[in-house]
Amino acid sequence: MSKATEISSHDAGATAAHEDHHEHHIPKGVMRWILTTNHKDIGTLYLWFSFIMFLTGGAMAMVIRAELFQPGLQIVEPDFFNQMTTVHGLIMVFGAVMPAFVGLANWLIPMMIGAPDMALPRMNNWSFWILPFAFAILLASLFTEGGGPNFGWTFYAPLSTTYSNDSTALFVFSVHIMGISSIMGAINVIVTIFNMRAPGMNWMKMPLFVWTWLITAFLLIAVMPVLAGAVTMVLTDKFFGTSFFDAAGGGDPVMFQHIFWFFGHPEVYIMILPAFGIISHIVPTFARKPLFGYASMVYATASIALLSFIVWAHHMFTTGMPVYMEMFFMFATMLISVPTGVKVFNWVATMWRGSMTFEVPMLFALAFIVLFTIGGLSGLMLAITPVDFQYHDTYFVVAHFHYVLVSGAIFSIMAAVYYWLPKWTGRMFNIGLAKTHFWCSLISVNVLFFPMHFVGLAGMPRRIPDYSLQFADYNQWISIGGFAFGLSQLIFLAVVIQACRKQGEPVSDRVWEGANGLEWEIPSPAPYHTFETPPVVK
Amino acid sequence: MAKPASNRAMVTRLVVIVVGMFGFGFALVPLYDVFCNITGINGKTNASAAVYTAKEIDRSRQVTVEFLTRTHTGMPWEFRANTKRIKVHPGEMATVNFYVRNPMRKDFVAQAIPSVSPGEAALFLNKTECFCFNQQPLAGGGEATMPMSFYVDPQIPEDMTYFTVQYTLFDVTARADSLDDTDNPFLNRTGRSD
Ligand code: HEM
Ligand SMILES: [Cu+2]
Repeated sequence: MSKATEISSHDAGATAAHEDHHEHHIPKGVMRWILTTNHKDIGTLYLWFSFIMFLTGGAMAMVIRAELFQPGLQIVEPDFFNQMTTVHGLIMVFGAVMPAFVGLANWLIPMMIGAPDMALPRMNNWSFWILPFAFAILLASLFTEGGGPNFGWTFYAPLSTTYSNDSTALFVFSVHIMGISSIMGAINVIVTIFNMRAPGMNWMKMPLFVWTWLITAFLLIAVMPVLAGAVTMVLTDKFFGTSFFDAAGGGDPVMFQHIFWFFGHPEVYIMILPAFGIISHIVPTFARKPLFGYASMVYATASIALLSFIVWAHHMFTTGMPVYMEMFFMFATMLISVPTGVKVFNWVATMWRGSMTFEVPMLFALAFIVLFTIGGLSGLMLAITPVDFQYHDTYFVVAHFHYVLVSGAIFSIMAAVYYWLPKWTGRMFNIGLAKTHFWCSLISVNVLFFPMHFVGLAGMPRRIPDYSLQFADYNQWISIGGFAFGLSQLIFLAVVIQACRKQGEPVSDRVWEGANGLEWEIPSPAPYHTFETPPVVK
Repeated sequence: MAKPASNRAMVTRLVVIVVGMFGFGFALVPLYDVFCNITGINGKTNASAAVYTAKEIDRSRQVTVEFLTRTHTGMPWEFRANTKRIKVHPGEMATVNFYVRNPMRKDFVAQAIPSVSPGEAALFLNKTECFCFNQQPLAGGGEATMPMSFYVDPQIPEDMTYFTVQYTLFDVTARADSLDDTDNPFLNRTGRSD
């Protein structure tokens, strides 16, 4: 590896010199943002885009919860309800969580490895700017005659082929663009990490956020093309007479699920591995102890990523697989919880006998650890094949994936924003308001998602606009939690806007007493160009 | 900005992986069929006629084969199995008949898709003749009896004593190979003559 490191420091120097030559001034106005190749600008763009998508997808969730506030149909048509669940899922996965992590990667990876920018700045600009078009197309499809996609974010054939309307073409096109964007982002991350590390930043010194993102980026380039293939097959089945998924023409609809989940399960890890990295930065900072078991964290991340390729059929237990396959996928799935457990253990061990303080990022990180573990446990329950026949396609599954994605991935993103925001803006955010945001979110997220376990176990199916009367009370609670959680995010918006307007106390370079890493060595706010001459890592 | 050479080499390699994985997504389609043919996990049966090769008939035991029929959404034909259930010795040839009627004025072409459950049994069901091997045209108002001959492989495990073959009839008129394919014995056998 030493040879690679040498080359990389050389490259970093060359790139920095070049950059310097071109950009003495920061361009002003809109054109700055459209033409920018600066990793910090692009990071900011990604983060704002993600937040706008989070609110858009959130508004759709509010429609869903308003309809489910009472049994019966009162606000929207069932077909529109289905469009809301579908587009909510797509926006949250591809528009909110993934771009937020890419934004954080842009901001942080170069600063953490001592590089002046991402390795491929032009491509970086493209990979961001095609995203708004993808989502504009997806959202526009809602206004076409017959409405937008209504087959669920998993777009199972034949729902998306035989039974869908013509706006499916728009859906396919927008997923293609999202895929291209994330593949370009992933390539950029990999090349940056391989070629741009500062001298002395060897593999086992790399910060965990960088490690987890490197592994995530490999997952992305492995499975996003498979998703692109799946939507392409849906497109040709629907419009060009192929029959990949049509039994009448020799195809097989169950095969759709195999292909989709071959992408889909690694995809859920794409949405959680960078979160593991973030938490591994925040916990040591506020426990004032180095991370417990750094190497085991790296190996655990890698094993989770590898195992994620052999568990996909746990989403398909009820499709009538032979018993030995059900057993294989059950045990493989349970195996994944071992490295996941290693991580939780390491975070707890890091806090053990640490001098803990509870600043806002730490509050979110602690909530993450507890609530993500709850989601992991319900995942383990779902992995038990015989009981999954009861839980499958009920609200229990909805509870599971919202615990891992909302109180998991999204809480980790908020923790990251609170942790690095002072470095970005140079000011401390409004701590009182941020704590209010935390407590409101923490309480409402549990009111929102915990009762879903109960209604799910009692048999309430997912993706249905109406339900039997016995679920009414719980659903009312769930909806109230939902509205409260949605409104709480406006507090977050207020905190971020205040910070961007440079309100608040200036912060020191290190910002947090226990913070460690190259990004804390540079001034606050982080200058437009950093590490133009690579630092030497000891 | 000129990219350093090592970046370019790396991007090329990564793009190769991306293209390869896109291809792999499509390769999953034939792989899936091969895998299912070997393991029989999706209950698909042989798509063309098998040759009767059983050397002996295992008279010591019997396997019950049940036949179910259904028509796919939008397919108006009447479709039923004349024999609902049959007991055969492994290795023994049997023929069962299915009845179809096209109640519409319009000519239709149908394709029957079999599915065996439990899936593993598909490996031991050998059809020597089946209406599902070809598309079946039927003139408006017509009816037909369609035979299916099979034997159960004597290799079938002892504990597999009962399995179900379900035929689903799909309307494939729109994409039929050829409506006036006169070689096909089912065409116009009973026309709308009345
Ligand atoms: C201990 C780890 C985990 C286990 C054992 C596990 C297991 C499962 C199982 C068995 C299902 C299928 C349930 C069904 O449909 O009947 C499922 C669904 C799901 N899981 Fe997990 N899971 C784990 C972690 C995660 C993580 C970390 C994420 C994302 C960050 C995640 C996201 C999802 C999603 C989105 C679905 C639902 C997909 C859909 O049908 O729409 N899971 N999980
Ligand atoms: Cu999964």
